[in-house]
Order: sequence, then structure tokens, then C-alpha cells
Amino acid sequence: MLLEARDIEKSYGTGAGAVRVLSGVSFRAAAGESVALTGESGSGKSTLLHLCAGLDRPDAGEIRIDGQALGALDDRGRAALRRDRIGLVFQQFNLIPSLPVAANLSFQARLAGRQDAAWCAALAERLGLEGLLRRYPEQLSGGQQQRVAIGRALAARPRLILADEPTGNLDEATGDAVLALMLELVSETGAGLVMVTHSARLAARLDRRLHLSGGRIA
Amino acid sequence: MNVKALILWLLLAAPLWAQGFAGLGGGAEGFATPSPGTVLEFPADHGPHPDFRIEWWYLTANLRGADGRDYGVQWTLFRTALAPGEAEGWQSPQLWMGHAALTTPERHFVAERLARGGVGQAGAQAAPFEVWVDEWRMAGPDVSEIALTANGADFGYDLNLSADGPLIPQGAGGYSVKSAGGQASHYYSQPFYRVAGTLHLPEGSVSVSGQGWLDREWSSQPLEATQEGWDWISLHLDEGAKLMGFQLRQSDGTTYTSGTWIGADGRAEPFGDGALRMTPVERAAVAGRDLPVGWRVELPGRGLDVTLRALNPESWMDTLFPYWEGPVRVGGSHPGRGYLEMTGY
Amino acid sequence: MRRATLSAMLSHWLRHPLQLGSLLLGLALATALWSGVQAINAEARASYARAAQMLGQDRFAQLVPRDGQRFDQSVFVALRRAGWQVSPVLEGALQTDGQQLRVLGLDPLSAPAGSAPQTVTGRGDLPGFLTPPGQGYAAPQTVRALAGQPGLPRLIASDDVLPGLLITDIGIAQGLLEASGQVSRLILAPEQPRRRAPLAAIAPGLTQRPPQARADIAALTDSFHLNLTAFGLLSFAVGLFIVHGAIGLAFEQRRPMFRTLRALGVPLRSLIGLLMAEVLILALIAGLAGVALGYGIAAALLPDVAATLRGLYGAALPGTLSLRPAWWAGGLGIAVIGAGAAAGQSLWRLAHLPPLAPAQPRAWARASARGLWRQGAAALGLGLAAFGLAVFGSGLVAGFALLGALLLAAALALPGILALGLGVAERAAKGVLAQWFWADTRQQLPGLSLALMALLLALAANIGVGTMVSSFRLTFLGWLDQRLVAELYVTARDEEEAARLRQWLAPRVEAVLPVWSIEAPVAGAPAQIYGVADHATYRDHWPLLDALPGVWDRLAAGEAVLINEQMARRAGLGPGDALTLPGANGALIVAGVYSDYGNPHGEALLGQGLFTTLYPQAPRLRHALRLPPEEAPALARALVREFGLPAGNIRDQAAIKAVSVQVFDRTFTVTAALNVLTLGVAGLAMLTSLLTLAGMRLPQLAPVWALGLTRAHLARLELLRALMLAALTMVLAVPVGLLLAWALLAVVNVAAFGWRLPMFTFPADWLRLGALALLAGGLAALWPALRLARMAPADLLKVFAHER
Ligand SMILES: Nc1ncnc2c1ncn2[C@@H]1O[C@H](COP(=O)(O)OP(=O)(O)OP(=O)(O)O)[C@@H](O)[C@H]1O
Ligand SMILES: [Mg+2]
Repeated sequence: MLLEARDIEKSYGTGAGAVRVLSGVSFRAAAGESVALTGESGSGKSTLLHLCAGLDRPDAGEIRIDGQALGALDDRGRAALRRDRIGLVFQQFNLIPSLPVAANLSFQARLAGRQDAAWCAALAERLGLEGLLRRYPEQLSGGQQQRVAIGRALAARPRLILADEPTGNLDEATGDAVLALMLELVSETGAGLVMVTHSARLAARLDRRLHLSGGRIA
Repeated sequence: MNVKALILWLLLAAPLWAQGFAGLGGGAEGFATPSPGTVLEFPADHGPHPDFRIEWWYLTANLRGADGRDYGVQWTLFRTALAPGEAEGWQSPQLWMGHAALTTPERHFVAERLARGGVGQAGAQAAPFEVWVDEWRMAGPDVSEIALTANGADFGYDLNLSADGPLIPQGAGGYSVKSAGGQASHYYSQPFYRVAGTLHLPEGSVSVSGQGWLDREWSSQPLEATQEGWDWISLHLDEGAKLMGFQLRQSDGTTYTSGTWIGADGRAEPFGDGALRMTPVERAAVAGRDLPVGWRVELPGRGLDVTLRALNPESWMDTLFPYWEGPVRVGGSHPGRGYLEMTGY
Repeated sequence: MRRATLSAMLSHWLRHPLQLGSLLLGLALATALWSGVQAINAEARASYARAAQMLGQDRFAQLVPRDGQRFDQSVFVALRRAGWQVSPVLEGALQTDGQQLRVLGLDPLSAPAGSAPQTVTGRGDLPGFLTPPGQGYAAPQTVRALAGQPGLPRLIASDDVLPGLLITDIGIAQGLLEASGQVSRLILAPEQPRRRAPLAAIAPGLTQRPPQARADIAALTDSFHLNLTAFGLLSFAVGLFIVHGAIGLAFEQRRPMFRTLRALGVPLRSLIGLLMAEVLILALIAGLAGVALGYGIAAALLPDVAATLRGLYGAALPGTLSLRPAWWAGGLGIAVIGAGAAAGQSLWRLAHLPPLAPAQPRAWARASARGLWRQGAAALGLGLAAFGLAVFGSGLVAGFALLGALLLAAALALPGILALGLGVAERAAKGVLAQWFWADTRQQLPGLSLALMALLLALAANIGVGTMVSSFRLTFLGWLDQRLVAELYVTARDEEEAARLRQWLAPRVEAVLPVWSIEAPVAGAPAQIYGVADHATYRDHWPLLDALPGVWDRLAAGEAVLINEQMARRAGLGPGDALTLPGANGALIVAGVYSDYGNPHGEALLGQGLFTTLYPQAPRLRHALRLPPEEAPALARALVREFGLPAGNIRDQAAIKAVSVQVFDRTFTVTAALNVLTLGVAGLAMLTSLLTLAGMRLPQLAPVWALGLTRAHLARLELLRALMLAALTMVLAVPVGLLLAWALLAVVNVAAFGWRLPMFTFPADWLRLGALALLAGGLAALWPALRLARMAPADLLKVFAHER
């Protein structure tokens, strides 16, 4: 199984006490499978995605990627995992502000030592970024930044794509095109895709749909 | 010439007053006071009177050079005592201050010397007569025959003086009253000097001759607090007579005047307060002050009505206690020449 | 609304106490550095002034006894009565309970103005001063120490009198010292009457000593003073940059909030007003703390200053600090002005940015790309101005202007040069991480540049002042070695004794070299003319700067003259030029120019034969003796035994040298301490900058972390970055420091003292300094890096959820 989450619990400590966000979430995603993650705002979608990416640790439960338990990995191991197997698209894009678009696009692929110039060029073309490669992130619109973030995640041909509302800032047509691109990659490379979205229309185009509510998968 | 003493006292004696060593009034603590009955004795009185607080040897001369120009010379030694009496070495309470000046129509040279008594740097003795500070000297076998010398950075003079007339006691037998309140000094003069010698100027030396006037005065009493300043004259009139006069300016605008007419024969006739009239007729800005450098002097009792004009209005004595002192030309009923001193401006 | 705005602004500081702390610390440190140096400077100046006043008599020529013994005051009276304007001085030591007291007796009536401290001569109570028991002026602590001792005059405390000294009337002093009728020396008034008898006719036992008897010490003092002044300037510059950096960051951090506040309808005007009030309050708080800190610095260093001055003057100086309102005000002033200047720029930016301008740091970086150009242009302009001043300027003011322009140009050019270098590195970088590293460093530059400028200035000042001091020391010691070759110097009391001395010495030493001199005007200025023997002592050691071939033969032949650098510069003379000496028939050839550090006056050297022909009247009393060094002390003792020479007439070269070196080294302990301090403060500036930047930088680091780098790896990169920046700054500081040293040695020193010091470089010192710079940079980066390495992932994750 590509991604396997079992009984995940997570709370955040705030000034007013602990806020329980996830209370026993379990789900799986197989290679070549695309999963939509929906839920109302604040239900914990981003939190779950960050846990799956090994960015944070759950309070309880276990997450496995390709059978490898994330809890057993140290900092370095988790960093290697993110670098080598995961493509992350953040809700807030989080491009690297000091690097131009081209460098942002290829950043992770180069970090993972898997740069494929032809693939990068193709991605830029498919995402409509050809004219923007020399610009810096702050000189792009929100949607353009989002497309760079998606390109960055796909450039390394990751095993698992974790996308947090990747189409939130895109018009319908561009959103569709971007989703098509991701699904294409999934079917081509057998990668898994977990995508947070508020759009039922987009969710319907994926293989499966999980709904997060009250800290659990409904 | 009490006013200089007043200023000197302000420096030297004022702290004494402040410390209560001396009273303000006439009876200066421990010092002798002038008394009307005193008879002057010579040569002893040519020498110092250390029991009195202040004293001076004051010589002025109106000179004409071989170059035909007019000159004036002043040589003064002041003595002031911190305490009555004399002591050996640095413990001597006597302080000395010398002023020397040389006036030409264009320039006025001044030098000043300060010294302490007791060690020999300055002093005075009656016989043989000698008064000195540093290399400045007024000396002779007697007062009637003296050599005079002084130096500054840029001038100097060597003069010989001989008297062809008697010593003149001022006031009542040498008791000179300085205020309505009775302040007084012992005061006599030798106004009959013939002078010859050499002046040393930056340009070179000039031999000169003329007339000289020596004033000797000692006292212990300061002036009245209301007396602000002093205008004093000594005139050699061409007819052979001499006139000494002074007015003390008082803070209420009135003056106290006194004078002595000295005939060519040496007969002295004192005039009390009010007889002599001195009125400024010409003023000039000197050393940042407004000074009367021209005067009308009247002595109706002698039919005298003359005008004094300064040979050099810039005769400012820029000394520790500054004042104006310089030669004047006398015109009017009794032409002649003389010296004018003004203080408190 | 104002209250709401204010609470929003203050809430930022409450949420970020570290930022507030570093802002206050930066401001306080800058103020402390400035006011500390100022305090030392002010105290030193006050001490100089006091010492100079106390030694006021040295400004006058003096008549001193040939035999060094006291003489009868009748000599004084005889001189006065011969027209000499002299004033008697009696000096001596008085052993009181537990303390040795130096008694100085003066005659206030004959003393020339300025020959005694102001408060002593300026008080009105002359009778009290003259009349027993008299009055004794002394420093307040001396008065306290002497309280209750019997037999002393009434003591009056005066700040103008050096500790351990009692100034009183000469008559009182004669009593205290049991020297009735005795005098130590006579002060010669500057103005003398036109006619005077010759000195020899009246007081053959006295000789005239010129007023510059202590010129050597004075020059050293001045150089110390100049050093402090230069340091004041440098510390001011460093401080200004630190303040600027701290305030600039404080504004930059809150830019998103300003944007939001304005978007919510707070008028720009009231926002700016509030910010100005905030800056003023912060500046005052930090300024006060800084002044107090500066006081601490000064108090810690002042004992060294006092020791230095004690070394220079051989007189005790108070080693305590008095609080001077001037530098309290000055310290607060620099805090407020520095903060105001820094805030002005930030406020201007705030006022001119549209309310919705992007708040990302990158935008800031780009906005300051234009600023970088402007800074570069300003640096270029200042550099040209410095060049112009170096070539065409003259005088001390121009020298200091040159220093200022140079430093400012270097500081302004730094970010541009670093940006260029980092750009090149970025393009040359192969790996993705390296590329990111360089790009990210470049982006961080605007936030760090002020701290880096401060570091640059501190390093440059360190190199510059260090080079100057070391060059000075090396040159001075070399010169001492050259000038004081002879093992002993002996001065006879009179000609007859001198002749006996020469006879007695001849079989006992290797050589007796006459050191005879006369004072006379040369080339229109007063100068000292020396006659020297033709001897290896001179041939081998004399410090010639420039000379014709066969210079010593020409000198011995009586056809040439050597002159010191001062005279050469003043009269525009060089080897080969003709020079006519007073009394000489024809002109002599200037055969060489020698260095003569510490001497403000002209000097000329003649062969001994020619000297005695030209100036037969010159006293022939002084001699240099050559003998094996180990025999010198014994010979000195023998001289005292045989001739009864006073100790002051025999000078042991080794002793002189030891004293000089000691004085010199103490002089510069203070400099060294200040150097370290400046560097430390610059390091702290970097720390505070990095700390505040660390918070702002999370959004730049978090994505890289998310994409597969460990926090530890990122932290190592951060540390490396700081080290690299410090190293780059150090590399740039070397030429700047050398230029600074050159300006100090070749421009300021020449303008101030009339001689140029050769420059020696000390690369080993740079290496040490480089290590120190790396240490400072590394230490500064260590804390932020450790915080990053230990940061909870949740904190990094927050970045992903927050709109920036
Ligand atoms: N660092 C944090 N500290 C405290 N609470 C947090 C933190 N991060 C998230 N939360 C809380 O956890 C909950 C889940 O947040 P999360 O970002 O996962 O929601 P989401 O489902 O992604 O919402 P959205 O659709 O609005 O993006 C929210 O209620 C949020 O307030
Ligand atoms: Mg979310």
C-alpha cells in the first residue's frame, strides 16, 4: 500500500487549551489511485496532509508510506522521504522567494537528484509558465504562483502527490487542465494523489472521495 | 590721586574688609591715620610710611624734543600695605606697583610692574633718596636732584630732574582734605623740576627737555562710598605759576573740588571746595568708554579761565586698574601745559 | 482610533519581546560605545588641560641653575633690577603623614599670566594668599588626605591642581620646605623690556632653558589625544550604523501590520506620528541605558588612561571619572539623532509605498536594489571626495574629513560589493542547494547590511588604528635606538667642569662625543643647531630619510649640514639645496634629512669643527659617552662620586628607553581595549540583526525544509552564511583599514605634527583579526542557528497556513 494512515490523532495546544483536530483518522491510498479529501474549513485537511508528508508527527496512530512507518524515521529520514518520494503543493504555495520561477520549478527535482530538463520544460509548457521562468515569485499572480508550486511538486515525479487545494486560485478551465495534468502523471507513473478540494465537481473526477468531519473520516 | 588708591584697595583690601580685618570707616584697623596737626619732616617724609595703608611717588613731565615735538612722561610707584609696618623677606606686608608711560602726539606707551616688599625687588628710602621697582628708579642724593629711568617692551626713558623751587605742602600744611566727610591725606609736591634727558622710542632715541612735577601722598582712609571718580590736573603756566586742582565726582552729580595756586616764587595759596570749577568741553571715545578729553578750568579768585586739550586723547593707561593719564596743552587766560588724570570712567 | 492603533503597534513588541530587546540593545550599545569613548576623551582632555596648566610654567622659558641646586633669591632681585622680567619658583618635596607632597611656591605678583592654574591666580584673595599662614591650593583628594595636618597653610580645594601637589606662596613655601631665601628656578616672562643687562653678567650660575623642554612628551600626548579623537569618530560611525540597522529592522518587521492598519483606515499621518513618538521613547530609554553603560566602559578603561598620563607627566592624575553633563547630553543626543535618522528613512519609505505593496521580504530586497545603486553612487562620490582631500587637502580638518569620507564610502560601498560578489557566486554555483544558498544570502543582505557595515568599520578601524599604533611604536623605538646610541649622556655644570670631565673620561670610555648646541633662527624659524663629532655612532645609526652620497664625509669636512624632517618640510628643503646658517659666511649644502619624531621644532646638524668656529659662545657642556653597556651604571656612579654631579645630569640610555617604551605601551593599552570593544559591539549588532531576521526568514526556510532538508542542515547553512559574510567583510576591511592607517599616518599626522610616519603592515595581525571576525560572526549566528535546528515542526508549519 502506498499510503496508509491508521487511527491518527492530532491536537494543537493554544492559549485556551488543547484543540483536538483529528481524532482517529484512518484511510489508505494505493499507487495509481487518486483520492479527494473534502471537509469544511478548519476540519483538519491541511493538518492531515502535513502529517502524511512527515512534516509533523501525529499524537497517536501511524502513517506508512510504501510500508515504511514515518514514526520510525528520524528527522533526516523524514527529510529524505519528502525529498525523494513526495510532491507537496501547499495551500499558500510557499515558493522560495529568493529564486526565480525556473529554479523554483526544478528545485525539488534537483534536490532529489532526479532532474529531467525535458520534463521540466514540458511541465512549464503544460502549466503555461514558459513566459514567466525568469520572474521572481512576488512578481506573479496568485494563480501563477500556484501553478509554479504544482510544477515544483510534479517535477521530481514523486511517488505520492499531496496537494492542498491546488486549484483554489485558478479559474475553472485552468483548474481542469491542472487536474488533468496531475491525473495524467498518476496514471503514467503509478503515483498516488491525495488532493484537498472544496469543489465537488473536481472531487468527482478522482477515484475516491474522503470527507473529513468532526475529526474523523465520515 | 586718591582714586587710584581706591581702585587698588578694591583689589587688595576689599577681601580684608570682607574678612573683617579692617573697618570701612576712617579708623583703618591698626593703620595710622592722617592728622591735621602733623608737620612734614624732610628728608624723612621722602621715604616710605609703612604704617599708612597707601602711598605714592608720582612724577609727570611735559617735555619738548630736539625734534620740536611735544612729549609727556609719567613715572609712578604705588605702595600699599596689607598690614601696617614692615617685615623681613616675603613676609613683608608691603606691595608695590609701578606705572610708566610715554606719550607722543600719536602714541601712548605703557608699562606696569608689580612687586613685593621685603626682598629688595621694590622699595623706597629717604636718604640718599631712592625709589625703585625692578630696574625702574627715581634716585638722587636728594629729592631736588634726581635721575629717573623706566623701560617697557617697546619704550624707555632716562631723565635728569633738578628742582629750582621749594617743596609745596598741599591743603593745610600738607593735610589735604578729600571730602566733606573729612577724609584726608598727607600731600606735598615738588612742581619746579627742570627736566633733560633721552626718550627711547621704537623709531630711535630723542633728547628732550621740559618741566616736571612730583606728587607725594600717603593716607590710610578710603574715599567716601559715594565718590565715583576723580579728575586731577597739574598745570605749568607760561607766566611761571603752577596750579594743582582736583574734583571728586559724587554719585548725586555734585563734585568736591580743591586746588592750590603756586606762585612763581613758590608761595602756595590753597582753595577749598567750590572755588575751582572744572567743566568738560570735549569728549572722545577711548578704550570703549566716553571720556572728557577737553576741559574748561576756572579759578575766579585768580582770574583764571583756561581750556585744556589732550596732547593725545588716547592716553589710556591699560594697566591692572585702568585710567586716563596724559599731557595737556593749556589755552585761554593763562596759557601753558600740564597733566590731566581721570579715573572712574 | 489612536488608542487602537497604538495597542496594535505595541502588541507587536509584546508578541516579539526578543525584537524589542535587540532593538533596545542595539541602540543602547551604540550609545554606550559613543559615550564611553567620549567620556574617556573628555576626561583625558580635562586631565591634559589640568596637567598643562599645572605644568604651565613649562610653556615659558626658564632660567635654571647650571648645577641643579637651589640658589639665593638675591639672584632673582638682581635680575629684576637689571631689567629681567623673571618670577621665582621654589619646588620641593614635603613628607607629611603618610604622603609625599610636592610643594610649588610661586610669587603671584611677578608670575606671568598663565604660569599657574587659573583658580589659583584668578581668586581675589591675594592678601590671604600672601599673609601667613597663607593658602595652599591642592586637588580635592589631596585636601582630604591632608586634613588636620599641622603646619600647613589653609588648604583650598581646586580641580585645576594635580593630586599630590600643593601650590602656595613662595614665602610660605620657603617656610614649609625650610628653604629660607632659596629659589629653585625663575620663570622668564614672554615679554621683556627693551634694555636688559646680559644674563652672564648678573647671574652666571643660571642658564636659559627654552620653553619646549617637554616637547617630546607633548608630542606623545598629542598623538594619544589624536588617537582618541580618531577613535571617537570611528565609534560614532559604528554606533550610527548599529542604530540605523536596529531601527530599520524594527520598521521592516512591522510592515505587514502597517499595511493592514492603513488598509483598515488609519491615516498615514497619525501612523507616522505614533511611530515617531515610539522611536523617541525607545531612543530615550535605550540612550539612558547606553550612557550608563558607556560610563561603565569609561570607568573600566580610565585607570589605564590615568596611568598613561601619569607616565607622560610623571604626575598623579585622578583615575576616577566625573560625570560631565556634556557627554550625558551627547549620549542621549546620538541615540535620538541616530534613531531619528534611521527612522526618517524608514518613515519616508512607509509614506511612499502604496498601502497594498507586497509585504514579502523579497519585495523589500528589490526595493532596495535601487537603494543599492544610490548607495553605490554615494560611496563613489565620497570615495572621490576622499581622494580629492588626500591629494589637495591640507590641515587637520581636511585630514579628519578624509577619514570620515573614507569610512563612509567604504561602508556604503559594502552592500553593493557584497551583492555583486554573491551574484557572481550564484551564477557560478552548480548545485541546487548552492544556488539557493547564494540567492538566499543575497536576499538577506539588505537586512544584514547595516550590521555588516558596522562590522566593516570596526574591523577597518581595528586594522587602521592597529597599523598606525604599531607603525608608530616601531618607528619610535627605532628612532630611539638610533638617536640614543650612546650608553650615557653627561652634562657638566660649567665649562671648567666640562673640560675636567672630558679629561677624566677619556681613558675610561671608548669615546666622548660632544653634544653641543645653540638656539638660533634657521630659515626664518627658531631652530636648534647641533655640532657632532665624526664618529661611527652617527655614521651607523643616524636615521637618515634622504641623503646625498658621502653625507658624513661632507658633514665632517664642514661643507654640509643635515636637517630634520620638520625643518625640511617647513622650509621646503631637500638634499642638495643650499642653506645659510646664522653667522656663516656662505651657504652650506643640505646633505641629508633625518627623521626626528616627537620634536616640533627645526633642527640642524653640523660637523663639530664648523660648529665651534661658527658658534664659539655655545655652551660645551653635554657629552655622549660610548662604552660597553654593562659598565654604564658603574661609570654613572663614579661620575656622581668624582664630580658630585646631580643625578639629573647623568642619563642612562637604557633607562630613558625603558621609560619611553613603557609610556608608549601604556598609551595604547586603551586603544587596544577600545578596539576589542568595538569589534564586540559590531558582533552584537550582527547577532541582533540575525535574531530579528531569523523570525522574518522562516517563510523562506520552511518551504526548503518541506521539500526535504533537515532543520539541522538548514541551521548549518545559516551558520555558514554568517561566517561567509563575516569573512567577506573582513577581506574588504583590510584595504579599507590600510587606507585608514595611511590617512592617519601620512595625512593626519603630518597635519598635526609635521612629520610623516612610515607605514608598516602586520599581516599576522590581520589573520588574528580575521579569526576574531569569524568568531564574532559565528557567535552571532550560533544562537539563531541553534534555535532553527531545535524549532518545533509545528512552528514551521504555521508558515504554511499564514498569509504573509
Ligand atoms: N498551529 C496551530 N495552532 C493551533 N491551532 C491550529 C494550528 N494550526 C491549525 N490549527 C487549528 O486546527 C484546525 C484545523 O486546521 P487546518 O489548517 O488543518 O484546517 P483545514 O481543514 O485545512 O481548513 P481550510 O479548509 O480552511 O484550509 C483549525 O481549527 C485550526 O484553527
Ligand atoms: Mg487548509
